[in-house]
Amino acid sequence: MPIAPTLIQAETVSREYRLGETVIRAVDAVSLNVEKGEFLALLGSSGSGKSTLLSMMAGLDRPTSGAIRVRDRNLAELEADELARYRRETVGMVFQSFNLLPRMTLEENVELPLRLAEVNRPDRESRVTEALNRVGLAARRKHRPSELSGGEQQRGALARALVNRPAILFADEPTGNLDSVNGEQILLLLREIQGSLGMTIIMVTHERPLAEKFANRIAVLSDGRLVSDGVQR
Amino acid sequence: MKTRDLSELAIRNLREAVLRNSLTTLGVAVGVASLVAMLSLGVGLQTLASQRLTRSGLFDAVFVTSQRNFRGPRQSPPPDPAAKKESPLLDEDVRQRFSKLPSVTEVYPQIRFVTDVRYAGKSESTSVLAVPDSSRSSGSFEGISGNFFSSPTADEAILQIEFAKLLSDQPPSLVGKELTLRYAQRAALSKDADDDALLDSLTGSGKPGGISIVPHEKNLRIVGVIESDPSAGIGGFGGARVYVPLKTAEQLHVAQPDDLQSFMSGNSAKPTYMALTVRVRSPKNVPQVETAIKELGFATFSLLDATKNLRLVFTVFDLFLGLFGSLALTVASLGIINTLVMAILERRREIGILKALGATDRDVRSLFFAEAGAMGLFGGFFGVALGWLIGSALTWGTTIYLRRQNLPGVKISYVPWWLALSAIAFAVVVSLLAGLYPASRAARLNPVEALRYE
Repeated sequence: MPIAPTLIQAETVSREYRLGETVIRAVDAVSLNVEKGEFLALLGSSGSGKSTLLSMMAGLDRPTSGAIRVRDRNLAELEADELARYRRETVGMVFQSFNLLPRMTLEENVELPLRLAEVNRPDRESRVTEALNRVGLAARRKHRPSELSGGEQQRGALARALVNRPAILFADEPTGNLDSVNGEQILLLLREIQGSLGMTIIMVTHERPLAEKFANRIAVLSDGRLVSDGVQR
Repeated sequence: MKTRDLSELAIRNLREAVLRNSLTTLGVAVGVASLVAMLSLGVGLQTLASQRLTRSGLFDAVFVTSQRNFRGPRQSPPPDPAAKKESPLLDEDVRQRFSKLPSVTEVYPQIRFVTDVRYAGKSESTSVLAVPDSSRSSGSFEGISGNFFSSPTADEAILQIEFAKLLSDQPPSLVGKELTLRYAQRAALSKDADDDALLDSLTGSGKPGGISIVPHEKNLRIVGVIESDPSAGIGGFGGARVYVPLKTAEQLHVAQPDDLQSFMSGNSAKPTYMALTVRVRSPKNVPQVETAIKELGFATFSLLDATKNLRLVFTVFDLFLGLFGSLALTVASLGIINTLVMAILERRREIGILKALGATDRDVRSLFFAEAGAMGLFGGFFGVALGWLIGSALTWGTTIYLRRQNLPGVKISYVPWWLALSAIAFAVVVSLLAGLYPASRAARLNPVEALRYE
């Protein structure tokens, strides 16, 4: 079996927050490698530091110490504009609370990353349609988020994350606001995308059964520390 | 992000909070409107003043006197005493020479005399002024009850209302009636041997001829009554109460104060003038005509310097009006800051999402900047329109008031294109400055914290 190249390399990454005199260490010297095409679940209870680690790997936050290398570039050392470019071109993100802009229709929401990436208008239409087809929401493109169900909103958010054809998809508790049926559908979709597009997926969850069912690998965090890291069957 | 996408997003955001953004834009519009209304008032009054002054004939006229003329005790001697001797008299030949100078439109003498006016058994003493025919269109007689003279040689008179009140309790009823002028007429003496001998013995000059001054009467029809004092604008410096056509006045041969001097100088045969008013095409021709006349040996006087001072006064006036107008716009810019800061609080999560999707700090800053600029642009357009309406309302109100006072309406407010464009540009600049702080605050937001915001 060929060895997959390492895509993300977290080296003794720490993230501290200062609250007055108190220093809170949300992530404490975590080292973790993510291979290309992997479906990694970061598992842990609330406050374990899994979302903070995901934010740093997604380029939304910077570590207080340590390094996060993606394709040999240390995210901690990138300028703000370079980090924004990384988020725009390399990364797609799905959140627990969907985070679709309520004022825009579904297709306008999906088109937003293409606007930010300055993709030509003629190309946008086809890419939005392609992304919406992939999540099965082409018929709802003119609807606003408030007119969609929770599952549909999360699928819409997934279409928005995929439209820029990112190499890595980060999902922060993607099933947290969904019932079990819709939650499973979303994770099935994630696994299908991982399979068909060869995308690397890193998902934060606190639901072990879902992680065990869909992820290739589970890394468990507790109190900011990596306590276990194992490949699934 | 491309400018078109940025503009679309900004307009969409403005449309979403339509009430609040409209109120903020209205605030900018009111600020711009007050600025435009104030400045349009300044510009309008300045235009009105310069039009009136130009029409009054004070600024496009050169007043010419002979340097031989008697100088008052307070006046300094002429700069060149030799010139005084050689300075020619202002006679008909000189008047013709002046009228041939370039840019000169009209040359007329100042004929003013004191007379007895008789009407319906009453006799009043007053001052008469000869009016050139150009006053018909100059605006000096605007607001007249009745008419201007029917012809330049008509035996007609116009009365100033204060004098008309002395003749009748109902001044307008005087129009169409006749009055009688009793004045001193100047005539050349016939060449009589006895007179010549008498003159020779009196003057010892041996010069022939002489002048006689005899009382004379002239009947004139009253054609109009005027409330203002048009003589102030005819180079007469005010004070006249009866106006007659210039040519009619010339034919009266009224004795003038300098007749005696003219006679003593040996020019009694030809009429001379105390002063001539030389009208030029525009105030800018005044210096050149003045120089030409001075070179002919005459003394000149013009009010050109007064226009420069007037411009200075209006510039300061405009500056103050502009400052007051800008105060309103400053208050409006505080409204923009408030709206945008509130928008940041409300749209914190949206900013976080945009950043998570790859928006740069510059994209976020530009978006807020574009929204502030758009509010300034719309506010500027509405403000100019509103300011124009306020100015028009002021003109309308003033015209109604003036008409009630039997005075002609005036346009006191004027919005030139440069004022409209500058006001819009100013509104955009002020709005962008107001958006500076909120935009940079939005750009600095940490995406993780922004996404956590509910």
